[in-house]
Amino acid sequence: MTPGRQGSPQPPPAAVREQVVLERIDRARRSRARVREERITMSHGAGGKATQTLIEALFLSELGNPLLQEPLEDAARLRISGARLALTTDSYVVSPLFFPGGNIGDLAVNGTVNDLATSGATPLYLSAGFILEEGFEVAELARIVTSMREAAGAAGVQIVTGDTKVVERGKADGCYINTAGVGVIEHDLDLGVANARPGDAVIVSGPVGDHGVTVMLARGELDIEADVSSDTAPLNGLVAALLAATPGIRALRDATRGGVATILNEIARSANVGVLVNENDIPVRTEVRGACELLGIDPLYVACEGRMVIVTAGEAAGRAIAGLRAHPLGGQAAVIGRVTADPPGIVQLKTAFGGTRIVDLLVGDPLPRIC
Amino acid sequence: MRFVDEFRDADKARALSAKITALCAPGRQYKLMEVCGGHTHTIYKHGLEDYLPEQITLVHGPGCPVCVIPMGRVDDAMALAGEPGVIMTSFGDMMRVPGSHGSFFDAKAQGTDIRMVYSPLDSLKIARKNPDKRVVFMAIGFETTAPSTAMTVLRAAAEGLSNFSIFCNHVTIIPAIKAILDSPDLRLDGFIGPGHVSTVIGCRPYEFIARDYGKPVVVAGFEPLDILQSIYMLMLQLSGGEPTVQNQYSRVVPWDGNPVALGAIGQTMELRPYFEWRGLGFISHSALKVRQEYASFDAEMLFGVPGVRVADPQACQCGEVLKGVLKPWECKVFGTACTPETPIGTCMVSPEGACAAYYNYGRLTRQRVKEASQP
Repeated sequence: MTPGRQGSPQPPPAAVREQVVLERIDRARRSRARVREERITMSHGAGGKATQTLIEALFLSELGNPLLQEPLEDAARLRISGARLALTTDSYVVSPLFFPGGNIGDLAVNGTVNDLATSGATPLYLSAGFILEEGFEVAELARIVTSMREAAGAAGVQIVTGDTKVVERGKADGCYINTAGVGVIEHDLDLGVANARPGDAVIVSGPVGDHGVTVMLARGELDIEADVSSDTAPLNGLVAALLAATPGIRALRDATRGGVATILNEIARSANVGVLVNENDIPVRTEVRGACELLGIDPLYVACEGRMVIVTAGEAAGRAIAGLRAHPLGGQAAVIGRVTADPPGIVQLKTAFGGTRIVDLLVGDPLPRIC
Repeated sequence: MRFVDEFRDADKARALSAKITALCAPGRQYKLMEVCGGHTHTIYKHGLEDYLPEQITLVHGPGCPVCVIPMGRVDDAMALAGEPGVIMTSFGDMMRVPGSHGSFFDAKAQGTDIRMVYSPLDSLKIARKNPDKRVVFMAIGFETTAPSTAMTVLRAAAEGLSNFSIFCNHVTIIPAIKAILDSPDLRLDGFIGPGHVSTVIGCRPYEFIARDYGKPVVVAGFEPLDILQSIYMLMLQLSGGEPTVQNQYSRVVPWDGNPVALGAIGQTMELRPYFEWRGLGFISHSALKVRQEYASFDAEMLFGVPGVRVADPQACQCGEVLKGVLKPWECKVFGTACTPETPIGTCMVSPEGACAAYYNYGRLTRQRVKEASQP
């Protein structure tokens, strides 16, 4: 609107001005990320915006190549002499090392198995690197390693190489573990969050937030007790059941740090689509919901270690749910929402109360060192 | 989940919404202020505005403890945290609030001993465990949190703990409401009263708002139906009858407040002659300091606090947002230079801040929300 010379210009109505501001913000959010902090803070490890910025602005910018570029998936997919392989790595710094339902050992195996499985690969071989603190009890390490053996057995993978380092007392917190894994992709499906398109269904494979809440309560800093245990589990069997149930799968992701909300945002951003989920349809255990209510945390952001988010073609959702529910780890799988054309890049939640709000990437770090 | 789901019932919300809409006089616009940041958070988190007719605008008020802390006090706290042998303890909300040289988080990353606590009593635990250190608690908040700080000081005194003190930044709600009522650039029709503050101070302190300013007040709970019902009660008052103070949150708020909590505050703290509020400037008798009798627990007496006044960043319009004169998106730096990850103003830091709530939950116009949620 160009005001004429005579008369005062009419300002545009508020809703129009608001839309202009929101579009400017949207452009700012899409612009190239830059690390503003001079030092690493805990937020850089929380899986939210700061982590994403660090990865984009430093790691991808320096190390990026045709295989390491956005959208980042849980594992790299490689083609070697005609074979399709998936390769991934993950480090585990969870505190406390032991928690109801698991410990850092089975977490380290399951986490890497799941990164391979959700890339559509059959996990085969893992490496294990240990960073141990001087003074750490051998009996505790033995418990951890036993759990790793059992977890590898349950997932049908072998730990085939490893490394041990010890650092001075105070330079680490007992035990850190890094695992890397390789798997083989034995189908022609192209899985990836960028494949999501309007009309697709969004599914979670079970109740969300169990692991994060369990670890937080296990720290004993909050005087809250609840009957919860970690959901840590290998997902390769469940993925195989799902892929056998329907060819309509577009993307799989395990919802670890940053929880389901972070995955939904990656879908919206990578595929430039909207995602609309219904709070009433998202399975959350009553104990987890209760703890989250008390602490003012949204379960959608709380880490899982044995749950995945699945995008399927709309018409494939029924078969996908049936396939998931037939497996012991998918009994409570549910469709939680759908992919929409508009507004692109944004995740919306229809609240149980009946309103609508945005679900953004997490800022800050309510739950440090959850995995 | 019991005692939660009942207050989030969509059917009841629809019924209330219809009643509220029916009470709107044709052509009239209503501006209602929710004083408390906790209400702002609930409104956005549950998408409550979807139930309100276009004629009703909710204006977000100053009742966010983190939002009203001026930059100079953050700098003072940083100076305290940097003193030799000091462990600074703070609520998580405060950790990302920017001072002139970064936030608590930044200082922590550089090696300053700053720890997050969930209760001031956790600071006492840290003090007991570290007798060779001096533990300071960054005390912030309205009358809601002041009693727990007061009880902690009393506990420390009873134990004879000599390495614990508080950096007192407690503020009081009534002077802030009065400042808003006297502000010439804002026309409000009524107030959604702060529920948690009122559990301590009761409802009587709001009576002047109805009596002297002719505006209705309804003290409200924090679930979405509480707020919707309070809006309905305000609209009933506005559609006829004398403005008065009503208590929607009677399951928690006694009309006369909590005398034990008030007693603890009165025993350990007294009003400061004046205190600076972020964006609102100096307001007389609007904050609390530690009484002389408890001076050995007062970090301001024990340490040299610089006490330098720092002007808010020029681009920041938190003051206008806190007074409800500007909507968050109307601020010049909202969402571009000032975001939750790199906040310039305090309103973008706390989850109770109007800007953070709008940015995180509400970044779509009502029209687009309607279009997008069509099946």
